[in-house]
Amino acid sequence: MPAVSLQHISKTYNKGTVKAVNSVSFDVNKGELFGLIGPDGAGKTTIFRILTTVLLPDQGEATVEGLDVVKDFKTIRRKVGYMPGKFSLYQDLTVSENLTFFATIFKTSIKENYDLIKDIYDQIKPFSDRPAGKLSGGMKQKLALCCALIHKPDVLFLDEPTTGVDAVSRKEFWEMLQRLKQQGISILVSTPYMDEASLCDRIALIQNGNILSVDTPQNIISNFPAPLYAAKAKNFYQLLKDFRSDPAVESCYAFGEYLHLTFKDAGNCDQLMQQLRDKYQPAEFEYKKTVPTIEDSFIRLMQQTIP
Amino acid sequence: MSNKAIICQDLTKQFGAFKAVDHISFEVEQGEIFGFLGANGAGKTTAMRMLCGLSFPTSGKATVAGFDVYHQQEKIKANIGYMSQKFSLYENLTVTENIEFYGGVYGLSRTEIKKRGGDMIDMLGLSQSAKKLVGELPLGWKQKLSFSVAIFHRPKIVFLDEPTGGVDPLTRRQFWDLIYSAAADGITVFVTTHYMDEAEYCNRISIMVDGRVEALDTPTQLKHSFQAQTMDEVFYQLARRAQRTAD
Repeated sequence: MPAVSLQHISKTYNKGTVKAVNSVSFDVNKGELFGLIGPDGAGKTTIFRILTTVLLPDQGEATVEGLDVVKDFKTIRRKVGYMPGKFSLYQDLTVSENLTFFATIFKTSIKENYDLIKDIYDQIKPFSDRPAGKLSGGMKQKLALCCALIHKPDVLFLDEPTTGVDAVSRKEFWEMLQRLKQQGISILVSTPYMDEASLCDRIALIQNGNILSVDTPQNIISNFPAPLYAAKAKNFYQLLKDFRSDPAVESCYAFGEYLHLTFKDAGNCDQLMQQLRDKYQPAEFEYKKTVPTIEDSFIRLMQQTIP
Repeated sequence: MSNKAIICQDLTKQFGAFKAVDHISFEVEQGEIFGFLGANGAGKTTAMRMLCGLSFPTSGKATVAGFDVYHQQEKIKANIGYMSQKFSLYENLTVTENIEFYGGVYGLSRTEIKKRGGDMIDMLGLSQSAKKLVGELPLGWKQKLSFSVAIFHRPKIVFLDEPTGGVDPLTRRQFWDLIYSAAADGITVFVTTHYMDEAEYCNRISIMVDGRVEALDTPTQLKHSFQAQTMDEVFYQLARRAQRTAD
């Protein structure tokens, strides 16, 4: 039995005019760290709200720990931890009051499950008498995670926990998730940052309410269908404009210090690259064959789906 | 008057004993894309508020577009553009109404607003949506429109505070096309971001740690000096030295 299962889940808003989620299906296995990866407005939060039983789907079925999200909502609520994207703790209660509150409504105590949160709680303990509203972003995030964990849930739902958080805190947060995973908790986490995909066991790429792909990050990368080249030159923007408008080039996007490109004739890339060099003669030109990233795959899948 | 877009000398902002911005010094060239990075709480927002003429420094000197941050705040405001993910357009106004509003605030004439606004809507491919409420546009379009509105009065400098947060990777790249094209037109771009690949698109980058500018160079040079493969590593090496958190 998977920890989470969705079968053809659809949800619309505003009397059917806004399609938030369109026949979405995927499973999260027990003990898995599963990433839902996509930009704002892709439907990630709607999926979280349906799975945590705070929103009814229009169509389709979904289960959490084998329980139906519509019929068994009361049981599910006891078994899951949910950290919404928007900070939802009591701002005028202190750190320790918030934690006590969540422990109490789940009929447990901080003491009983302290092992689970110790690593994380230690970092905010010095502020335990501070109102939650007065914490920094990173601290709020840690407190919210503690509150979502205090009843030792089987499944943890984390909706964009790292959005707006700097690179260092993001890294620390993912290390915390790895440790929670080792304790056997199944985790569904969403993020708009594509570079976080590689930290998940499996991922679903989602855009405009549609799942583009579900697989391990490695498989998504190895399924990239064309040879990918990276190139750079002194005048990067000019190179981008030249290559993008060239008839031999299929796609061309900036990726950090290089641009990534594919050719329409995939069998002949090295020769085509030489031809581009001769044609535009960019100063300080360099190129190499490169390994696609999740972002390369995402852009490609997006374009295949957009009519 | 110097033709530098921004000059900062020992710029400092203190709240009580706390030095939010601690003697930062740097210069930004006209037409440069300047990345302003730092961990949460490093002092980026406080520094940007001073440069935008929204808050007085405690000490130090700075000019923005040639105007002094102590005595010419209103001149600064008239000569810069500003956009962030949080503050951008009025959701309950249409695309055209937003353009008219911002054009009016910056003192453009009605005929100018009409002409330039029309060109802008065409360039963005928004002709079909000109009468739609901004709230109904997809996020990616909002961000692109919001940037175009921020440079509608042709400011010398545009400040972008995490402009691409949460948008899809394709839109993010289209957004950077707009930034490049603005820079090619001579507009100086001062941008903060959490995406390290975007840091690579800047001509130069500064990285703030605990209120100070700890590194400032081209992305290539920074990677070289820190013996790092990626900007991510450079940022991580610097930011983990931070003593203070975002409190």
